[in-house]
Amino acid sequence: MQALIHEIKAWGKVYGKQGRNDEIPTIYFGGGTPSVLSAIDIEQILQTVRENFTVQNQAEITIECNPGTVDAVKFSSYYNMGINRISMGLQSSWNEELKMLGRIHTYEEFLQCYQDARQSGFANISMDIMSGLPGQTIDRYRTTLERVVKLEPQHISSYSLIIEEGTPFYRAYEAGRLELPDEDTDREMYELTNEVLQKHGYHRYEISNYAREGYEARHNSSYWKRANYLGMGLGASSMMDNVRFKNTSIMKEYIYLEKEPVRIERQEEVEVLSLQDQMSEFMFLGLRMMQGISPEEFEALYHENFEHVFGPECKKLEKEGLLCREGGRIRLTKRGIDVSNVVFSEFI
Amino acid sequence: MDQSKIRNFCIVAHIDHGKSTLADRIIEKTGLLTSREMQEQILDNMELERERGITIKAQAVRTVYTAKDGEEYIFNLIDTPGHVDFNYEVSRSLAACDGAILIVDAAQGVEAQTLANVYLALDHDLDVLPVINKIDLPSADPDRVVEEIEDVIGIEAQDAPRISAKTGQNVEDVLEAIVHKIPAPDGDATAPLQALIFDSLYDSYKGVIIFCRVKNGTIKPGMEIRMMATGAVEQVVEVGYFGAGQFIPCEELSAGMVGYVTASIKNVRDTMVGDTITDNNRPCEEPLPGYKKVNPMVYCGLYPADGAKYQDLRDALEKLQLNDASLSYEPETSVALGFGFRCGFLGLLHLEIIQERLEREYNLDLVTTAPGVVYRVYKTDGTMIELTNPSNLPNPAEIEYMEEPIVEAEIMVTTEFIGAIMELCQERRGRYVSMDYIEGTRALIKYDLPLNEIIYDFFDALKSRSRGYASFDYVMKGYEQSKLVKLDILINKEEVDALSFIVHADTAYERGRKMCEKLKEEIPRHLFEIPIQAAIGSKIIARETVKAMRKDVLAKCYGGDISRKKKLLEKQKEGKKRMRQVGNVEIPQKAFMSVLKLDDDK
Repeated sequence: MQALIHEIKAWGKVYGKQGRNDEIPTIYFGGGTPSVLSAIDIEQILQTVRENFTVQNQAEITIECNPGTVDAVKFSSYYNMGINRISMGLQSSWNEELKMLGRIHTYEEFLQCYQDARQSGFANISMDIMSGLPGQTIDRYRTTLERVVKLEPQHISSYSLIIEEGTPFYRAYEAGRLELPDEDTDREMYELTNEVLQKHGYHRYEISNYAREGYEARHNSSYWKRANYLGMGLGASSMMDNVRFKNTSIMKEYIYLEKEPVRIERQEEVEVLSLQDQMSEFMFLGLRMMQGISPEEFEALYHENFEHVFGPECKKLEKEGLLCREGGRIRLTKRGIDVSNVVFSEFI
Repeated sequence: MDQSKIRNFCIVAHIDHGKSTLADRIIEKTGLLTSREMQEQILDNMELERERGITIKAQAVRTVYTAKDGEEYIFNLIDTPGHVDFNYEVSRSLAACDGAILIVDAAQGVEAQTLANVYLALDHDLDVLPVINKIDLPSADPDRVVEEIEDVIGIEAQDAPRISAKTGQNVEDVLEAIVHKIPAPDGDATAPLQALIFDSLYDSYKGVIIFCRVKNGTIKPGMEIRMMATGAVEQVVEVGYFGAGQFIPCEELSAGMVGYVTASIKNVRDTMVGDTITDNNRPCEEPLPGYKKVNPMVYCGLYPADGAKYQDLRDALEKLQLNDASLSYEPETSVALGFGFRCGFLGLLHLEIIQERLEREYNLDLVTTAPGVVYRVYKTDGTMIELTNPSNLPNPAEIEYMEEPIVEAEIMVTTEFIGAIMELCQERRGRYVSMDYIEGTRALIKYDLPLNEIIYDFFDALKSRSRGYASFDYVMKGYEQSKLVKLDILINKEEVDALSFIVHADTAYERGRKMCEKLKEEIPRHLFEIPIQAAIGSKIIARETVKAMRKDVLAKCYGGDISRKKKLLEKQKEGKKRMRQVGNVEIPQKAFMSVLKLDDDK
């Protein structure tokens, strides 16, 4: 905590009130389970941010909550300190699936938690669910979807399980101990998500994100729009003025370092983005959003002719039916979403 | 130089029986070098040779031995390559000697290569001096091995030195035996020059360095010499002999001596192994017997993995050829692989060595096409073509019949594996010739096998079916008519020329099926479905399908993920670059190689 408070203050001298004084449109408590902290700790963090940075009046302030770590009292405190958005990790409405994912909560506990949040006054709640889980069937997934829409959250993120190297899932998968739905079933689930959610008034605005009109996550969208963001805390990532950097992931180092003033050069994995990098990111981050990208915007940002830079790639991908142009914008087709890595790698 | 004080000899042995170690000991004990100066295994000076434990190029070394009779003797130890691919080079090295030391492992006894080498030595009228090595091994049984040598090879071995080259034990016995048992050379130093080339080496300062044995006459600097087979005429610049690892110039080389000659020769092709050097102004009447032009037996396409490295590959091949006259290459193009070379080799091992040297010494990344043999295609118009590249096979309507090369194979195996090995030979279209039992526990099986059946993975199959106990040797027999077809592979309906090969009609179906299965594993999913087909002419004999890719998506991508996800996309793009484009299908380079190794044991 102390180190974090110190870090916030230090950055405040660079980008906050004692420095460049950037206006802060969104704040996000997340990555892991910030709700395990006491409400007082969260309040102290938020207070320190407000003291050292200029936070907009209408700022979106989100906290990730996992059932089992938060109760009605905590939610009330969150609400009173000015947090206005809750993101809850439901993952599944089936207890055996939750267990398999290593979650500590049951579906019933989640429901209680959700009611607590609503009753504390939260009007903007998001839920995470997962498809493509080992042993998951279409029917079970459909049930989860239907249960979720009945709760009427404002925002839903639905992630298709990706087995990443180095995780326990990956080892189990390599050893042949995981019965994953095949690619066809996985895609069917993805389609089903869109179908069910659309029917209930949610629209897909990013590959894995759905929202009621006006409730798109402003914070997450800023990543895809390449806005500046400053991550604080252990292992937090940032991108400021086209430089990406990251805090140490080792607690001992983090605590030690925060006794000194923060400087970008001292961060880990500092990556200064070249114009080429920026243009690539513009494409592969921007295309994640269903609205796609605007070549006009591209040209205004980078002063390069879009057709010169990415014209041939776009034409090829359009011909393959992965991209389409509409109303001066370029976006992924349905097929393009399924194989979006193929599309994105063209722009690297 | 007093001829009676010269001993020219070589060491022959089965692989691993300790040839290089004994050579080292002889050099050490003759005192030319102190122990401190000794490199390990002086004769094998190429990095690659040492690692593989085999000797590629013949070399020679001259040492001085003071015998127990108080006289100094000159020993010329000529090293010989130890593999069947280099049979001809071996025979020329042997022709430069007057005797041979035969090393037999005291534990393993006589092996297939031991026999092959002994017969070769006896063919050249060499006196064979048996030596029992590795007596320090716990499993050593020298008495049994002596018996085996007498029974199997038929040479007297009762007083064969029993040594351990590794520890140096009894190595003096070998030195004395060389003096007493190996004959001194004969030949007339005043007769017209007659010298046998047994190896040559390209040096960027001196040009070609010829390794030769003077049979008659004398060779000295300033002389005008002629290579009798190639007709090249040059003036001698320098003559000398071989110290350990260095050239020591001398005034002349006379009859009976072994040494080197330089004459500003630019091309090793002018100094073919086996040719005779004579005095251009006073030529001898006849060349020495035995010269033969060696022809490559195995061909394959070599392509740079990166098309831009074509020039580098050509330069590298050119350099390798300076030292290796038996390597041949000519440019060819493949639709799938771009520009490359069709290269000819003495055998598979030769191919592998060249490939490794290109990759290691010249830092080239290579794609190799399936190795093939030289087929003879007799056309209906009465002409015959020698086919080295399956893509050049004429239209079937123009072919009268085809012939393929056959080898005589000798397999030595312990009796318990006879059944398994014979089965393997039958599968590979072998024709049984004979089987001889060797003192009850082992057998020497002889088969005639089509060369194209043994160039893929025969050796591996042999080892696995005999748990490593079988040894194998072969010599070319000749050509025989055979029912051969060209098997083509179509990927997404397009023929991939680099994957075509010639195969016997009876095994075509099986091989086609395996190729398709293997390719299915190797070709990544694309955006569309890809049929993989094997075809003979227009007839499809096997088919597999690579299903279309359904999903390749990163579900989550937030602030902390971006750098990592970008690396993932970069990797994906990089992987794509390393693939070969055939039509609109990208084929990994690995796929071209993987079809060379079709596991036959399932």
